[in-house]
Amino acid sequence: MGLFSNFDISGSAMSAQSIRLNTTASNLANTETVASSPTEAYRSRHPVFQAMMDDSSRPEQVSVRMLGIIESQSEAKPLYDPGNTLANEDGYVFGSNVNAVEEMANMISASRSYQNNVEVLSTSRDLLLRALSLGT
Amino acid sequence: MPMNFERAFSIHDNALIIRGKRASVLASNIANADTPNYKARDIDFQSMLKQANNQQTNRLDMVRTNSDHINLNSGINSNSSLKYRNPLHASLDGNTVDSHVEQAKFSQNALQYQASFTFLNSSVKGIIKALKGE
Repeated sequence: MGLFSNFDISGSAMSAQSIRLNTTASNLANTETVASSPTEAYRSRHPVFQAMMDDSSRPEQVSVRMLGIIESQSEAKPLYDPGNTLANEDGYVFGSNVNAVEEMANMISASRSYQNNVEVLSTSRDLLLRALSLGT
Repeated sequence: MPMNFERAFSIHDNALIIRGKRASVLASNIANADTPNYKARDIDFQSMLKQANNQQTNRLDMVRTNSDHINLNSGINSNSSLKYRNPLHASLDGNTVDSHVEQAKFSQNALQYQASFTFLNSSVKGIIKALKGE
């Protein structure tokens, strides 16, 4: 039954988008985190999505799968702060490479996609409930 | 109303099933709106309905002696009718889903589902009325 699978499809997308929102929250929370070397500095995390066909005999159903989380490879920014206990011998600490503007845009996009899927879910629910009332 | 149970529902029972499948395809598109390299797809409703009706009228089933044989009468075969959508504009990550288009199509499909349902429902009601003879 086609419409029942919509719950799985939209559900997988909602969970994927909530993971995306999770990483955004982690990134924004760690914007001001500093470390004593560039390798230890916080790097912004981003999820990678992949389309997944659950059943080859039902090609119309394609849900979303999390392939993994990648860390941004851009440079950690050095900050001159000799008073910091984490500062190295030259007086530098290394801040995260999180781009707050990018993260905010990401957050809005994730929440819009989530809303889209909720809409699909509730419409499918309404249609199925109507189908159950056949003949009455 | 024809006095034949097979034809009592006309095309509306098949239409309802295909509308359900199309809802599934469009839901997949919306779900994968942020997936890199995902290509949006859609069902050719007309050809699928034609296919479903042909299957209903010519019920000459082929015998499958091996489970690997292709089942030609597996109800509504969606493989042949599933097509890729022509993207309106290119995107950097290879994704061709335009969530506004998909959402419009999804709600349109939902309305058409309800229309098919209304037709089907009135047929069922008619049959019940005739059976009761009230």
